[in-house]
Amino acid sequence: MLLEVKNVSRAFGGLRAVDDVSFSVPKNSIKAIIGPNGAGKTTLFNLISGSLRPDSGRVFFNGRQIQGRPPHTIAARGVSRTFQNIKLFHNMTVLENVMVGRHTRSRSGFMAGIFNLPSCWREEREIENRSRGILDMLGVSGLAGMNAGNIAFGSQRIVEFARALALEPELLLLDEPAAGLNMHETAEIAEIIRKIREMGVTILIIEHDMSLIMDISDDIVVLSSGKMIAEGRPSDIQKNPEVIRIYLGEEDAQDQEP
Amino acid sequence: MAFEQVLQYILSGVTNGSIYAIVAIGFNIVYNTTGIINFAQGEFLMLGGMTAISLSQFMPLPLAILFAVIITSLAGAMIDFVFIRRLRNPSVLMMIIVTIGLSIVIREMALHIWDEKVRSLPYFTGSEVTSISILGAYISPQVLWVLGVCGLMVLLLGLFFRYTATGRSMRACSSNKTAAGLCGINTGNMVTISFMLSAAMGALAGCVISPITQTQYDSGTSLAIKGFTVAILGGMGNSTGAVVGGLLIGMLESFSISVLPMAYKDAISLAILILILFIRPSGLFGSREESALKEF
Repeated sequence: MLLEVKNVSRAFGGLRAVDDVSFSVPKNSIKAIIGPNGAGKTTLFNLISGSLRPDSGRVFFNGRQIQGRPPHTIAARGVSRTFQNIKLFHNMTVLENVMVGRHTRSRSGFMAGIFNLPSCWREEREIENRSRGILDMLGVSGLAGMNAGNIAFGSQRIVEFARALALEPELLLLDEPAAGLNMHETAEIAEIIRKIREMGVTILIIEHDMSLIMDISDDIVVLSSGKMIAEGRPSDIQKNPEVIRIYLGEEDAQDQEP
Repeated sequence: MAFEQVLQYILSGVTNGSIYAIVAIGFNIVYNTTGIINFAQGEFLMLGGMTAISLSQFMPLPLAILFAVIITSLAGAMIDFVFIRRLRNPSVLMMIIVTIGLSIVIREMALHIWDEKVRSLPYFTGSEVTSISILGAYISPQVLWVLGVCGLMVLLLGLFFRYTATGRSMRACSSNKTAAGLCGINTGNMVTISFMLSAAMGALAGCVISPITQTQYDSGTSLAIKGFTVAILGGMGNSTGAVVGGLLIGMLESFSISVLPMAYKDAISLAILILILFIRPSGLFGSREESALKEF
């Protein structure tokens, strides 16, 4: 197992945002987390990526405990993420954004960086080439020199993917990658996600777009009010009556074919 | 006014202005990574100047300056390690008050170490009476040192932020700390580096102006006020703005001497500070929305 989440809980005041959630993600799979708004999906991501500490429970990545560690340490171990509301560095170009993502993979320390040693220049060149390569692979190399704040929304999302990939993660956390995108762009994202998986990256994805989820994921976890209510293959989840009731609402449940 | 006289005013304005710009850039570096204004920034100039003066008794001038810069930047790192880092979830106001307190502590410490005597480094080239004539205006060669060193610092800093991984990481932190952390950047270290960098720049500036303006335990305070005015005028966090603002304030000050008594020189920049805060708090180059997003 690449990622194991064991009995993780986190409360905000009286609200149990994530309540005793356990699941695991095998290597090279795509696992989806679904659930209605406020189910605790993003909180769960924050607990895994280190932005929040769990109140209790443990998170293992490659067999090592990572819960409560600072985000940059977890990132350096190989967990990378994108955000529901895109968080690119707007004061930098697209290429620079991706290059920042590779920061943890650079070897020379900051002293070398400050004094601009030749070794640092070579590495800098290599980082740039790799970053351009990633942009190229995702089909947005034409945007490299543009300011990240000025490009189209759909492209920003792809650039965020590129930045996350620059870290060479083993696990990629995608928080609603299709939010705000049209059908064409969503299809493009699905294509990119498949491509990323072929590179050997394991993916944990939060998404509301059911057709996208059913299409790409191997396994689905369903959260509701912080609790895990189901886990299984897409076809099983689609038939699970409780999931249909909680997630799709009572009316939809009646509309479902037997 | 005769042309030579105008030129003389301009040159003196540019000299002071470039120092103000360096102080303002020091404010900006820390502001960009932490969102706080480090009011101890002026003390870095004093500390750099004073340390270099003491060290120059035992070693050649360039070496004394080098060590003064290193020692001051370590002092900057210590401020972060001992105070800023220890505060868990501090409010911006709390951090600013901490830096004001620190500036007082550093000043008093300097008073105990060096007493209240006014000192200065020797002129880098020539002596206090050496002067160069440029188109009829007379300037000390030290003025050229100040302009050269300040210009070089601004240039190198620009290259550092643009072309090094550390520089980029610092910009990433200033844009979005959360995202930077999740990209694997140790944001705490970036704050330390920003304190070291602003301290080192301040120390070097403090050394080059020491022969002209002289250094005393409290000479950082007025520079900090000027630098702060310039940083606000240029738009907080904007280094181009700091350079333009610095030259503007320096020039205004030096020309004010021709119309107002010398004693009003400092009042000019304070009056400007109050005016900007009333009329355009985001500064000349800062965008309004952006400053609204910042924490104050």
